[in-house]
Amino acid sequence: MAITQLSLFLMNQPGQLVNAVGAIASTGANIRAMSIAEANDFGILRTIVTDTDKVCERLKEDYLVTRTRVVAARMDDRTGALYPILEALNESNVNIEYMYAFTGTGPEEAYVVLRVHDPDTAEDVLHARGIGTLSDESLNL
Amino acid sequence: MSRYYQPEIETAPRGKILEIQNEKIVRQVKHVWEKVPYYRDLMMKKGLTPDDIKSVDDIKKLPFLSKADLRDAYPYGLLGTDLKDCVRIHSTSGTTGRRVVAFYTQHDVDLWEECCARAIVAAGGSNEDVVQVAYGYGLFTGGAGLHGGSHKVGCLTLPMSSGNTERQVQFMMDLDATILCCTPSYAAYIGEFLAEQGYKPEDNKLKAGIFGAEPWTEEMRRDIEQKLGIKAYDIYGLTETSGPGVAYECEEQHGMHINEDHFYAEIIDPDTGEVLPDGEKGELVFTSLDKEAFPLLRYRTRDICVLDRTPCPCGRTHVRMAKPMGRSDDMLIIRGVNVFPSQIETVLLKEGYTPNYQIVLDRERNTDTFDVYVEVSADQFTDLMSQIQKMEKSLESALRTMLGIGPKVHLVAPKTITRSEGKAVRVIDKRKLHD
Repeated sequence: MAITQLSLFLMNQPGQLVNAVGAIASTGANIRAMSIAEANDFGILRTIVTDTDKVCERLKEDYLVTRTRVVAARMDDRTGALYPILEALNESNVNIEYMYAFTGTGPEEAYVVLRVHDPDTAEDVLHARGIGTLSDESLNL
Repeated sequence: MSRYYQPEIETAPRGKILEIQNEKIVRQVKHVWEKVPYYRDLMMKKGLTPDDIKSVDDIKKLPFLSKADLRDAYPYGLLGTDLKDCVRIHSTSGTTGRRVVAFYTQHDVDLWEECCARAIVAAGGSNEDVVQVAYGYGLFTGGAGLHGGSHKVGCLTLPMSSGNTERQVQFMMDLDATILCCTPSYAAYIGEFLAEQGYKPEDNKLKAGIFGAEPWTEEMRRDIEQKLGIKAYDIYGLTETSGPGVAYECEEQHGMHINEDHFYAEIIDPDTGEVLPDGEKGELVFTSLDKEAFPLLRYRTRDICVLDRTPCPCGRTHVRMAKPMGRSDDMLIIRGVNVFPSQIETVLLKEGYTPNYQIVLDRERNTDTFDVYVEVSADQFTDLMSQIQKMEKSLESALRTMLGIGPKVHLVAPKTITRSEGKAVRVIDKRKLHD
C-alpha cells in the first residue's frame, strides 16, 4: 500500500511557494497535507495531493519533483493517539526520517505521514497492531 | 640607509642595461637550445637557430610559450639543467588540472632572492628592519621569495607563513615588526583585526608593507595604509618566471620596476601576437635572461598591462609596468589562488552534476568571497534534506581539492542560472578590481 508524496525543490525566494501552490490548484487536485523543510538557499516542499499523477506531470514542467512512498497511518484526533504508532515502530527498530500530520475527512480522524526507509515493513508493523494506513486510491475518495 | 640594494644595476644608464640584456639573451637562447629539446623543436619549426638571436631586438622572432606548453611538458620537459643541479621546486596554487612545477638551481634561487631584496630595500628596508613574512610558505613562491630577499638584505626575518592572525599580531607587536609581506587582502584583514583588538594605527612599529599575489586597487591600498599606518608597496611575479620580485614598486608608488637585467618584458597583441609599441595596452610577455633550471623564452603571462619607460624620480632606470588590468584568458585570482572556470566544470561533471554553474566573486571586509551556484538535476533530487546537504558538502570538498581554495556551494533549481542571449554567464565578479 503506502501513499505517494510529491517533493519539490524550491528556491528560498519570494514567489516560489505561491507559484507552486498555484500550479497544483490549476490541476483541480486538492492538497491533503504539506510540510516544508528549509535550508539557507532552498527548501523542500513535501505534499500529499489527490490525483498525484496529474499534479506530478504539471509540476514537472516547472520544478524538480520526486515521488516518494510514505506511510499515512490513521489515528483518532485525540490526545495520546500518536503514541502507539511511534511505539510500535520504535519496538520494531523502524527509524523515522521525518513526519507530519493532517486531519482526515471523517469526524475526529487524523493521519500521520511517516517517511521511513522501508514503507512496506513499517506498514506490516502497524497493521499487526491494528493500525490502519492509507493507499493512493483511498486518497482520491 | 641605502635607497637601492644594487645601485649599479638598479640605476644603470639605459645603454648599460641594454648591453647586459644583449649579452645575456644570446647565452640564454644557446642554453635553451642545448638543454631544452621541447623549445628547440619550437624554434626549428620557425626555422630559427641560436645564431638568429643576436640581441634583444631579435626576441620578437622567437616562438611563444604558454601555460599549455608548461602543462604538456610537465614535469621535466622544460628543465634546463640536470636534476642533480636543481635545489628547489615551487608550484602554482594546488590546481590539479593546470599544475605548473618550476625548478631552481642555487643560482636561480640567488637571482630570485636578489630581486626580492631589491623590492624590500625599495620599500625602505635595511638590516635594521624586522620583516614579517605572512605569505604562505611551501610550494607557493610568496613565502620563500620574500623570506630569501629579507635574508639577503640582512633583516630579522619572522617566517610566520599565512593564517593564525592572533599569533601574527602578537609577534608583530611583541617583536616590533617594521615591514609586513603578505597578500593585500590579508594585510587588510590584519588591519581590521588590530582595530578590533583596540590598537590604533600608530600603536604598531610597521612602516611599510610589500603586498602582491592577487589583484588589488588603489582604494584598497589607501585603506591598508590608513589601517596599518604604513606605506603599501605592490610586488609582481609568477611561479613560471621565479616568483614575486619580477617587478616591484619604489617610493613613487607609480608602476612596478621590472628587473630588466633578469627578465625582458614585451607587450603583445593577445590575438595576433604582434609586439605593441610602448604605452599600448596588451599582454605581458617575459623572457628570462639568465635562468638555469627553468629558462622560459617569451612566456605569455596572460596579464593585460602597459609598460612605462619614462624616467622615474626614484632614480631607478628599469622600465615600469602598470598594475595588471585584467586577463587575456578566463583565469580568476581568488584570495591569491589561480582558478580557471573549466576546473569547476571538470569537478561538476565528475561528481555527476550538469555543467550549469555560476561563480560569484565579491569582497567582504577586503577578503574575497567565492560562491558557486550549481543547478541540481532531476536524478539527483531527493526528498531528504540531509542528503542534499551532504551533496553540497561533498561538492565543496571536491572543489577545494581541485582548486586549492574552498568555495561555498549553493545548489539551485534547474534553469535558474542567469543566461544572457542563451549563453550562461559563468562568472560574476563584483570585486571591481579594474577600471
